[in-house]
Amino acid sequence: MNNIHAFQRKLLMERSVPGRIGSILPDLDVPKQNLPRPELLRDNLDFPELSEPEIVRYFTNLSRLNFSIDTNFYPLGSCTMKYNPKINDEIAFSPGYAGLHPNQPIDEVQGALTILYRLQGYLREITGMSGVSLAPLAGAQGELAGVLMMRRYLMDNGQEQRLKMLIPDSAHGTNPASAKMAGFNVVSVPTDDSGNTNLEALRAEATNDLAGIMITLPSTLGLFDKNIVEICNIIHQAGGLVYADGANMNALLGQVKIGDLGFDVMHLNLHKTFSTPHGGGGPGAGPVAVKSILEPYLPAPIIGLNQEPNEKHYYLESPNKSIGKLAAFHGNFGVLVRAYVYIRSLGDYGLKQISENAVLNANYIKEKLKGYYNLPFDRNCMHEVVFSATKHKDKGVNGLSISKRLLDYGFHAPTMYFPLTVDEALLIEPTETESKETLDLFIETMKSIDQEAQSQPDLVHDAPHNTPIRRLDEAKAAREPDLRWSRPEEP
Amino acid sequence: MPVPDTSFFQSHYIPNTPSQQQEMLDAIGVNSIDDLFSDIPAKHRHPTLDIPHPMSEIDLKFQLMALGLKNSNLEQNACFLGAGAYNHFSPSIVKPILTRGEFLTSYTPYQAEASQGTLQVAYEFQSLISNLMDMDVANDGMYDGATSFAEAALMACRVTKRDEIYVLDTINPVYREVIETYALPQKLKIYTLPAKNPILPATAACLLVQYPNFHGNIEDLALYKRQTEDAGALLVVSADPIAMGMLKPPGEFGADIVTGEGQGLGVPISYGGPYVGLFCTRKKFVRQMPGRIVGRTNDSEGKTGYVLTLQTREQHIRRERATSNICTSQALLALAATITMAAVGKTGFRQLSELNYHKAHYAASLIEKLPGFSLPLEGEFFNEFVVKCPTNPSTINKRLLANEIIGGLDISSSMPDCMLIAVTEMNTEPQITALVTTLAEFGS
Ligand SMILES: Cc1ncc(COP(=O)(O)O)c(C=O)c1O
Repeated sequence: MNNIHAFQRKLLMERSVPGRIGSILPDLDVPKQNLPRPELLRDNLDFPELSEPEIVRYFTNLSRLNFSIDTNFYPLGSCTMKYNPKINDEIAFSPGYAGLHPNQPIDEVQGALTILYRLQGYLREITGMSGVSLAPLAGAQGELAGVLMMRRYLMDNGQEQRLKMLIPDSAHGTNPASAKMAGFNVVSVPTDDSGNTNLEALRAEATNDLAGIMITLPSTLGLFDKNIVEICNIIHQAGGLVYADGANMNALLGQVKIGDLGFDVMHLNLHKTFSTPHGGGGPGAGPVAVKSILEPYLPAPIIGLNQEPNEKHYYLESPNKSIGKLAAFHGNFGVLVRAYVYIRSLGDYGLKQISENAVLNANYIKEKLKGYYNLPFDRNCMHEVVFSATKHKDKGVNGLSISKRLLDYGFHAPTMYFPLTVDEALLIEPTETESKETLDLFIETMKSIDQEAQSQPDLVHDAPHNTPIRRLDEAKAAREPDLRWSRPEEP
Repeated sequence: MPVPDTSFFQSHYIPNTPSQQQEMLDAIGVNSIDDLFSDIPAKHRHPTLDIPHPMSEIDLKFQLMALGLKNSNLEQNACFLGAGAYNHFSPSIVKPILTRGEFLTSYTPYQAEASQGTLQVAYEFQSLISNLMDMDVANDGMYDGATSFAEAALMACRVTKRDEIYVLDTINPVYREVIETYALPQKLKIYTLPAKNPILPATAACLLVQYPNFHGNIEDLALYKRQTEDAGALLVVSADPIAMGMLKPPGEFGADIVTGEGQGLGVPISYGGPYVGLFCTRKKFVRQMPGRIVGRTNDSEGKTGYVLTLQTREQHIRRERATSNICTSQALLALAATITMAAVGKTGFRQLSELNYHKAHYAASLIEKLPGFSLPLEGEFFNEFVVKCPTNPSTINKRLLANEIIGGLDISSSMPDCMLIAVTEMNTEPQITALVTTLAEFGS
């Protein structure tokens, strides 16, 4: 038997053969110049030597080891793994957009600025806020921008002692990490038995060192906090500001505006709600939107418009009290273009249907699976539903095993062990781009895994069986870190 | 308020038809989709949404391609603009691989068994970037070159348990702004030192150096290494990966953290993003490193596989005690860089680097001879240099653009009448001649 799999997975440096080349570069067409002093020059560069066909086959075969939206259903909670429209990529990669240098004078890039300006406007409209900056490069950077604005606003109002940031215990890890980077102290607030924020605990923290709260809406439990307006009021009355983590906006598009509920600042994840491809871990974009009191603090650049008599002229500006630059240029432009195309192709009608179908699909799964898996919050969910995989723990089958068993059946795993507050959490988000047929197959699969857990627990416990590799030794990876290829020692 | 009826519209991205939706509602046991939203305060339901109506693919493409033509792009114009983003070679194989759905539309590889492709690419990226910079380890990428540099400064403060960041006056001024955005809220202090003869106090956490610097000059890393060593501080270098094809890499000088902008490695220039930040360090500091790291291990049957590792540094485990808040990063662009490094390869990378060098030096030598023009800075440079012009650089750039040339960056606010010109392997001899000929029209 040959070992084609091992051959396909040999690393670039292990495949390298001296003398092969992967691209032909042009000859030097100008006179050769004097090289710098020899002590400034490098002697050797350990890079692969490979021909083009083998490089293409290598990467193509690697790609086939991945699950992806184009090939699989991803019920991955809080990640909104929806279909990524191809026209978005086509426009973003076209030379009129992909071929622009970020330092070109603004007169040369008016088409690009037109898109950014309009996108700012659409996001303002969708969120019900008064100002938007497209600068943040991902959700976490949007959070950082948001909490930095809160900090500066409080300082400018003589409230620098306000350093306590409340964060519900169900929040995503980036929330506390971002708050800390902005200089705040993080205090966790508990969730009550019905999945809403515990108001009593919240009131107890509403002291004069309170900076504000970061709330994910809907929460990462997939629930719309029934007391949300009350929460905003409590925080405001105590002199704090209210931040919305809008990573879960897929549930709310066109249904409610976050700004109307009383929030002061929020971010959006365009690589979730607005369909830009996740790329195996980025790029993303995390625009921040704010009420007017925070507008002067927005991160640079903002796109402005001069209405001249017979011409529109767009320009880049820095708001007068801006928290500054978050990155070298103007945001993840290619991602912003994709989101713009998405909004235009769906339009007002389509945006509302996204949230309707996302919520409908999640509730359908919830209803169909609740007799089989433990449902900690039995109420209408939003775009995602959380189950607790505790039923078969005595047989050694937990959330992890169920997730891995799903891979055997060709479905990506749900988000597992998050939120941290739910024992053996399995967070399932179907999105609106999945058909009822796919959902039904998923539901049947989840039911048969439940069956298997009773009748053949080892089968589930030892999953996955059908993936390119089995479960990996993560402890070894952390204990003896092997983080790069190294040339084997000469014998 | 009455709910507007938009049910006549069916998006091509939404498969379920009204009759399927009805079946699902029946299964759930509610009357309407609206009932599912009952937790939202009624007062705020159904806001107006002032967004244009849906558009067909044909109309959208037509409109957006037309809008794109309003921009002057690098396919139609010769480009001599740099300052942090460059017009470099991107092999034809990059885009077809990048746009394979299996890479493009996959999630962050938390489920290792379903993500071996992405994970192995990350390990390749870490390997090649560490080789390029001659460092022990690299992570799987940061947002961009500027944020990598800023995060490196934060990391240096954690490692040394000091709070003073020293920055040379020759780094990219925008990078400097980003460092301030990241560092000042954490009560860290930032000081500027002259590159000429910096004196680093013994309380410094780190010295930040750009290599080549903002003006294109090759900084004396050996000198800065001696100074950081004497001060017990870390040497943090932001290096241009393309220059590393020929220049001695920062690791050889003993740099402690090396960052960089990975855009030059075949990533579309795309008006400033998405790019990928490079981040390397020494083995002993790896647990203070921000960002994702992929490690090699084996599965339960002994097969080699790759997995996210050292995750206890990261926000999803450590929350407010994480080394950074970064989560979604720029993995797809790390893939573009990996493909480019593989395709350009060992000998090609040296050649690529030297093409930049010779072309830039040739252009500089011609411009220097033009009446009214001069090169105000001394010292060795790589592919970028400052030119002092006889008149306002923005005036010159307008004329250049009329001749289908995108000129250098106008830096007259910091150096009067000066322009920063970059020349890469993409600039041909006729382009360089056209640049010089147009510039000559301004001479005295
Ligand atoms: C609820 C929530 N908030 C914030 C984030 C962070 O966003 P990003 O990964 O783009 O930084 C995520 C996703 O990862 C999330 O699910």
